[in-house]
This record gives sequence, C-alpha cells and structure tokens, in this order.
Amino acid sequence: MPRIGVFVCWCGSNIGGVLDCPELARVAGSFPGVVFSTDYKYVCSDPGQNLIVESIRKHGLDRVVVASCSPRLHEETFRQALRRAGLNPYFLEMANLREHCSWVHPDAQEAAQRKAIDLVRRAVAKAALLEPLSPGRIPVIKRCLVIGGGIAGIQAALDVADAGLEVLLVEREPTIGGNMVKLDKTFPTLDCSACISTPKMVAVAQHPGIKLYTYAEVEEVSGYIGNFKVRIRQKARYVDHSKCTGCGTCWTKCPTSVPDEFNMGLGERAAIYIPFPQAVPNKPVIDAAHCRQLIKGKCGICAKHCPAEAIDYKQRDEVFEVEVGAIVVATGFGLFQWEKVYGEYGYGRYPDVITGLAFERLVNAAGPTGGKIQRPSDGKEPKTVVFIQCVGSRDEAKGKEYCSRVCCMYTAKHAHQVLEKIPGAQVYVFYIDVRTFGKGYEEFYRRVQDEGAVYIRGRVSKVYQDGTKLIVRGADTLLGEPVEIAADMVVLATGVVPSAGAQDVARMIGVSVDKDGFFQEAHPKLRPVETHTGGIFLAGACQGPKDIPDTVSQASGAGGKVCALLLKDELETSPMVARVNEALCTGCLACREVCPYRAIQAVTITERLPGQPPRERVVARVTEGLCQGCGSCTVACRAGAVDLKGFTNEQLLAEVDALCL
Amino acid sequence: MRIGYYPGCSLQSSAREYDLAARLVARHLGVQLVDIPDWNCCGASAAHSTDPFLAVALPARNLVLASEMGLDITVPCAACYHRLRMAQRELAHDRDLGRKVAEVLGRPYRGTVRIYSLLETITGIGLEQLAAQIVRPLKGLRVACYYGCLLVRPPGIGCDDPENPESMDRLIETTKAETVSWGYKNECCGGALVFGAREAAFRLARDILRNATGAGAHAIVCACPLCQSNLDLRQGQVNKMFGTNFAVPIFYFPQLLGLAMGLNPRDLGLTTHFVDPQRALKVVGG
Amino acid sequence: MLLGGKDKPDPAFLEAVVRASGQKTLAHCYQCGKCTAGCPTTFAMDYKPNQIIRMLQLGRKEEVLGSRTIWVCTACFTCSTRCPCNIDVAQVMDSLRVIARREGKTRLGKDVVLFNDLFLLSVRRNGRVFESGLVLSFNLRRKTFFRDAELGKFMFARGKLRFTPDRPRGVRELARLFARAEERVEE
Repeated sequence: MPRIGVFVCWCGSNIGGVLDCPELARVAGSFPGVVFSTDYKYVCSDPGQNLIVESIRKHGLDRVVVASCSPRLHEETFRQALRRAGLNPYFLEMANLREHCSWVHPDAQEAAQRKAIDLVRRAVAKAALLEPLSPGRIPVIKRCLVIGGGIAGIQAALDVADAGLEVLLVEREPTIGGNMVKLDKTFPTLDCSACISTPKMVAVAQHPGIKLYTYAEVEEVSGYIGNFKVRIRQKARYVDHSKCTGCGTCWTKCPTSVPDEFNMGLGERAAIYIPFPQAVPNKPVIDAAHCRQLIKGKCGICAKHCPAEAIDYKQRDEVFEVEVGAIVVATGFGLFQWEKVYGEYGYGRYPDVITGLAFERLVNAAGPTGGKIQRPSDGKEPKTVVFIQCVGSRDEAKGKEYCSRVCCMYTAKHAHQVLEKIPGAQVYVFYIDVRTFGKGYEEFYRRVQDEGAVYIRGRVSKVYQDGTKLIVRGADTLLGEPVEIAADMVVLATGVVPSAGAQDVARMIGVSVDKDGFFQEAHPKLRPVETHTGGIFLAGACQGPKDIPDTVSQASGAGGKVCALLLKDELETSPMVARVNEALCTGCLACREVCPYRAIQAVTITERLPGQPPRERVVARVTEGLCQGCGSCTVACRAGAVDLKGFTNEQLLAEVDALCL
Repeated sequence: MRIGYYPGCSLQSSAREYDLAARLVARHLGVQLVDIPDWNCCGASAAHSTDPFLAVALPARNLVLASEMGLDITVPCAACYHRLRMAQRELAHDRDLGRKVAEVLGRPYRGTVRIYSLLETITGIGLEQLAAQIVRPLKGLRVACYYGCLLVRPPGIGCDDPENPESMDRLIETTKAETVSWGYKNECCGGALVFGAREAAFRLARDILRNATGAGAHAIVCACPLCQSNLDLRQGQVNKMFGTNFAVPIFYFPQLLGLAMGLNPRDLGLTTHFVDPQRALKVVGG
Repeated sequence: MLLGGKDKPDPAFLEAVVRASGQKTLAHCYQCGKCTAGCPTTFAMDYKPNQIIRMLQLGRKEEVLGSRTIWVCTACFTCSTRCPCNIDVAQVMDSLRVIARREGKTRLGKDVVLFNDLFLLSVRRNGRVFESGLVLSFNLRRKTFFRDAELGKFMFARGKLRFTPDRPRGVRELARLFARAEERVEE
C-alpha cells in the first residue's frame, strides 16, 4: 500500500480566498492511501518545499500530491523537491485548484469547494498508481542544418557557426540573400539594404564553420532531436564551380533572354546567369528550362566562350545525406498573388499597376532602370503615384484575414522615395489604418506626411485604364466622400504569404503550419522560436510576417537555442513517452497512422512461444527521441497494447473512477 | 438543342427587338427555344425591395413551371436572370421557404432546373461554330461590350467574372467587329432608378456613354433590356439633361450576331431603336 | 452624440437587419469605405454606404430608416462583390427598404415606393408587368402627366407599347402568393 502525502496550497488569496484549504486537507486525509495531509500559504516557496521534503522523511511518504496551480507552472519545482528528499521525481501528482477552480468559480464558493475535493480525490487515486520513471539519454550530433538563405537563415547560420559549431546552409535559389537583398532602402533609417546585407552574405561564404549549398533543396528529413538524417539534392548548375572564375563572359554571350525573377520581371536575364552582381556565390548557373543547348541540343555558345572550360552540359543533380543535431527553418516569405483575385485592380493586366517589391527594383540603382522611377508601359516618369495598402492583407473576402505588418512602413518609404526622386510628384496613399509599431516608425510616417504624401483613409474599389492614365476610385472615409485620382502609376502593397513550397517543407520535417500556412511556433508568446518537434527551430517570416529587425532577432534567438542544444554531449529525454507492449501488439499500425511526430515504426520481431517454432511478426515500436507524449497512439490502439508512461490507461481509469463513482 | 425560354415582361413590349433577335438567332443556330407556358413576372427590384417572400415566390413559380417541362431554361434579360438565380439560391438555403411556396402553389418545388443567361447559351454553342456562321463580317465596327450589374454580380450568381467579364467580347469578336477595352463594362446603368430617382439614373447612363465613346467605340452592345432602354430610349433625355449630344446606338448582342450571320435587319428589330444604328453600321458598308 | 445617453442604440434593430439580410455579422466592418468608393450613386446619398453600416453597428435606427441612401441604392451589388469583410451591403440595403416601408418611413423614397407598389399591383392583376399601364398610372399619381409623353409617342410608333395586358392563366396562383406574403407581414 502506498503512503501518500497531500499538500494543499493557498496560493495566498488566489486559492485560499475562495476555498477552505484546511478543510480540504482534512478531507484529503480520509482518502485511501493518504497518511499525511496539510495546507500551507505558498507550497512553492522555499519553506513550502522544505515542508514537502521533511514530511516525506518524517512520515515515510512514497507518493506526493500537491494541490495548487497548473503543473505548467510548478510541476518541475515540486519534482525537484521530491528528488531532494530521495524520491523518484515522477512520484508526484498535481491537482490544479487555481486555474481549474478558484479562479473560475469565485462566486460559487460551496460548489467550488466540492469540486476541489473531487480534484484532490482524483489526484490521490492516480498517485496511488504512479510508477517510478527515469529519463532516457541520447547522443547529440554537433551539426546544424539551416533551411533558407535569406537574412534569417544567414543570421542563424552565422550565430551558430560563431559558437564553434558546424553549419550547413541550404538555399534553393542560385544565391543567398533572399528578399532583403532585393530591397532598395530599409525603413525607417533609409540605409541601403544591399549595403547591410551583402557583407553578411560574404561572411557566410567565407566562414570556415559554414558549408553553403546554393541551388540545392532538402528532400527528406528523418530522425529526431540531436539525431536527424537529412537528404539534400544539389541541383545541376551545368557549371563546374571549382573551375569557374565568375568572369561573366558566358552571360554576356548567351543568346537567350528571359524575364528576370530577381527584378520581378521588370528586366531580362540570360539563360546562364547570376541573379545580381553581388550574388553569393558569384558564379553562374544555367536555367535548364530556357537553355537552348539543354532543350534543343543546339547552341553551346557559353561553353565555346568560357575561358575556364567550366561549362558542363552533362552535369546531373547530386543527392547526398548528412546527419545533424538541430534544424533551423528559415524559408521566408513570398508575395500574395494579387493577380488571381483582385479583378477590381485589373487582374495584373495594366502594366503600370505594380507590386511594392517591383517598386523596390525600379527605385534601386542596381535595378533594371538604374534607379530611375519609370512606368513599365512607356518608360515615362510618373508624376502622380497612388499607393494602395492592404492588398491581400486584412481582406477576409480574398482569404487573407491577417495584417502583413510591414506594408504600412514600406509604403511610407516608397512615398518618400517618389517625393525625393521626382520633383513635383504627387503621392497619394490609401490606407485603412497606419500601423507603425516599431522604433522610429511613427516618426518616419510623420516625416513622409511632412514631405507631402497625402494619406487618404479608405480602400480603393477599382482601378481602370483610361488612355495613358489609371483611374483610381477610392473613398475618403474621414470626409465621407468617394474620390477619384487619375494616376500615372499604382503601387500595390501586396501582403506577405509563406514562401512557395513552405507547406512541403513543413510536411517533410513534420512541423505543423497555421491556418495561413505559416510555421506554427510552440507557444505564441513564451516559445516563439521552437516548434512542437524537438530540435527544430524557426527564424524569420516563415513563422509569420516580420520586418528585418524582428527577423534578425528571431534568427539570433533560434541560433542561441541551437547552441544550447548542440553544446550538450547528451540529451535527457522526457520519460513520459508511449510504450508498446509487444506481446499484445497485433501489428495493425493504426498508431503509426495517427502519430503526428512520426515516432512510431514497424519492426519485425521473432517470437518464440514454448512448444512452437519461432515466428516472425510485425509490431509497432516507439522512437523515444521523437515521441512527444501526446497519447494519440494509445487511443488508436484497439488491442490496448500502447500505453503512455505517466498517463497509463490504468492510471487514467483510476482518475475517472475517483471522479465519477 | 432544346431549352426552356423565359422572355420576361420587357421583351414583350419595350424590348421587343431583343425577343425578335433572340428567337431568330437561336433558330438560325439550331437552338429550339421553348417558351415556359404561362410564365409570370420575376418581380424585379420592386419585389425584393418590398417583400422578401414575393421576391422568391414570384420567380419560384416560373422554376416550378420549367421543371414540369423537364427543361433547363435560358433567360435573355439580365435582371430576370439575376432574380431567378437569387431565388433558386435562397430556396436551396431555406428549405422551409420552398415548402411554403409549394404549398401555396399546390405543386412541388424541386430546384433542379438549371438557369442560364441567353449570353451563356449562345456562347455555349462554341466560338468556332459561331464564327463559321458569319457571312457578313462587321469589320471596321468598334463596339464596347457592356455587361452592367446583374449579369455578372454578385459572384456565384452572375454568369461571368464580376470584375472583368469577357464572354460577350469573345462572342462579338466572332463577327470580326472590334471590341474596345474600357473601364465601365461592369458599371451600373442606373436603370432601376429611372422612375424613383431619374437624375441619378441619367448621370450613370451619361458616364457609360461618355466612357464608351472615349474608348473609341461606335456602339455599345448589351444583354439587358433595362440597360438598353436606359441607354438608348432615354439617350435623348440624357442629352437634354446634361447638354450632351451622344448618338450611340445600343445593340442587343443577338442583333449584332444576327446581322453578321446575314439575317434581315428589320427582322432583328434594328428599326425600332431610338438611336438609329444605321449610321454606325455604315462603317461596315451599310 | 452621447453614446449610451438618450440616443441609446437599438441593438434589436441591428439584430433584425442582420437576420433579415442573412449576414453573419456587421461587427467586422472596419470602415474601409470600399463600398462607398465603388458605389455608383453616392452623389445622391445623404449618408454613404459605409456610414449606413456604421450607424447600424451603433443601432441608430431612425437615421438609417430615414435616410435617402436606401432609396437611391440601385442594388447593383458592386459593394457586396468587393467588401473585404464579406458583408453583403446590397442585401442589407434591401432589408432596410423592406423595414422602412413596413414602418412607414418612406418620406425620402416616395417615388420609389409608389413605383414599386404600382409595379407589384400590375403583376398581381396581370401576372406580368403591363408597362404602358404602369408608366401611365405612375405619372398620373405623381401628376407629371407629360413627363415621358414624347418617348411614349416614339415607342408607340415603333410597336413597343401595348394597349392591353397579357394575362397568364396563373393569375389565381399569383393572387395566392400575394395573399400569403401579406399574411407573413402580419405575422
């Protein structure tokens, strides 16, 4: 028979103000197995913990029930107390009298008291059946994978590598730099985006601890915290980078030209190209979809002109595997595809209606116009420019309910740039609310208004082409009037969405995404960098729309988390994981189907029953490093062969009985 | 092809030429239009602004009659098309309402009839097939295809994209006439307000005429008797109110199609317009 | 305006409009004004469409029902098509017209109501709208006898006006529908 001790906490007046704690302790004393019960003002305090330790020793307790607050808050505290007293820390059970009772029933004291008694009875019933548990230990591979080479991935890679750990940075584009390096200036300080991001790109390339894989994709991830196996595909570049000197002869000779993605289609590039002059690595790839030699087998001009003989049309994709201990996901963002749903703005058929990112390229000195703001249709300088905010943000009807966070500020910056570069320009900004949450942001918005940008509070209902003008029909809701502007150019503040393919990455690494497709953090406030899968961390806009400072902060946070993990030699795993009783398991693998962490594998065992020949049989087995203890498998198991340690079926049924019988 | 035909009230009087042209072109193309026997008014905006039950019950009776015929239906008038579709949607959402209507009518409402606009029915024949019928190409004629409101809105009820409808443009292009791209193809003509708030209605008509001519159109093509009457019959009144001098012929799309197929202009009702289309048609040689 | 004072909002009115127009909620409207920006007849309105929605949120029944706005709405559905908050503004306007009429608050919409009534009367009697009769009786009641006389002559000459209504046999069934509609109003 176990010897259970019950400790009822007042939590000052939080519990004590509603419940009669001494009475609760008295009643608990009568429950089966309870040999000692008491109440105390703050059980979590030092004297409170000492009370537990001393009582264990004095009364020979071997199970402890603390009736106080949520286990989320102090379970670990009390486990340590048990450990100090020489008990297995998992001989602890908690009853949540605060969040589950006193806080929610302050006006029904009598009923609350009855409920509290039930809660304690339940905890005592379970405590009687607790088993000693001990955490497992797993080794840690001291190497980190970073998926995505935008500013988030770059920052995380640098931080981890600077701590002396090995980093693999995988980027699917031919260069790192991501979206940030496309930007012209950054708000609110107006420093040049390329000037502050290209040195970081170079630092990545030169860092001895970072292995950079551009034009490569992660294809498969298996394993668990500390021990991931990753398969990476290096796409064929058709250029041998060990020979290539990046001299640039090839792309000047290439006869093909295609719309340039880096310049948002506003310029053109060759089929063999580097995305922009400061690309890292500064060596070209061949775009196989457009190369004449690769499509038709006729051309070969680049190979003919290459002085280093680096062109290799026969190059194939290479696939290789690496082991890493931690993964940082930094897949970034893409732009909302406004052309598909904003018919009222022309479905993209008016050339002078452009996105904010296209505007960045137009105004950039390294962009297709050399930094002159010109209309894509006729190359003329626009005199009247209209900015429309919240295109694909805060628009339930277009399927995007959230605020993209950065558009108010980048639009203000664009307004400033038009007014700075085009003398006598008229700038109108249609907005619903201007959100300037960051340091120096509101001041910048004020400054742009001082410079002459006219802010109009209202959404635009329609844009249509009338001759060379774009007629913009909006409303000034502050005046209560519709307004119409004949504009030369319209810039849409298109919202931020997860980058293309982010969903596939999520599926591949077994991390969930939110309703908008952004990666789901473990806790929106207290664990914004972790995911629900141990060892996988998030950085930047893949987790939600963010500006550069927030992205960099989160990336450094992720880097710190990775270091904290990888600087250990071994990991302690939670003992509260599922366990399969192989004798009962029928091998149906329903558990594997429902497991959200892919922690269950099918294994073949050889069964030797007395008097029968040995027989091979498939059973389920739990990989403890992956199991997060959610319990889905125990529900799915029809044979009752799976149990969750710390929450066994027997323990749960005892709790139910204690509550219901 | 056989399909039920719901002409609607206007096509019996003020929009007679739409009815003439629709029937003639349909026959020419081998589409048999079968009138819904004993059809009644859809209730138009008068019903839905006055009584939500009537707004559904009046169109519902026509749907019941059509289902008794065992045919899907085609509707030339954009407003009728809109009311019939809206009623059908309402009845699908609210089964109770359907039972009440059936109870009063004494016949069951099934909700199985498919409602098409005449524009859909004709374009559904296939642009290539239609192009093959063109014997008198309208080369040189520039028209603005005008969809208005109720043919395309609200989304899910209308028969084309609400913001950039193009089916009529594609259809008219089979006649070799040129269609202009313009900003008012889905703006409201104000026809519903001709009696309730005339000045407002005429202002909308003026803006449409101005935008179409500004885009270089010789004529406007439409698929709605209310739009046509507000833009054509009342063009003189519009000119008088605003001191303008528009003379823009307003065609119904089957009229233009019929003309290009070599049908007789008089039979297509081209002689009953307020703005004589002959002048515009001179650009294609009379 | 003193919110919560003597101009106490009428939440029951908001609820009635939400229900009648089949909306989930009007609470999501954040006053972006896209409805107003696209509306073809704002120039003739006393309150703009977004202001009507705002007044509904605050339950300001008298102003809403007494507005000219609801009578110059053409029900073109531009607002409903573009509303980012999925509010079917046109349907809301429809419900407001119905309620205003039932409560006799039609001072600024006399012509619209007169026309609609005569229209429905024509449908009730004839099953279909008898256009010439309708226009004639409308202009008689408004004492604008000659307003469309010229146009009438033109239409008559082109065979676009008829002298007698065309009566479907189903008029009796329609009479039952009209009677049922009246019962429902009384309910």
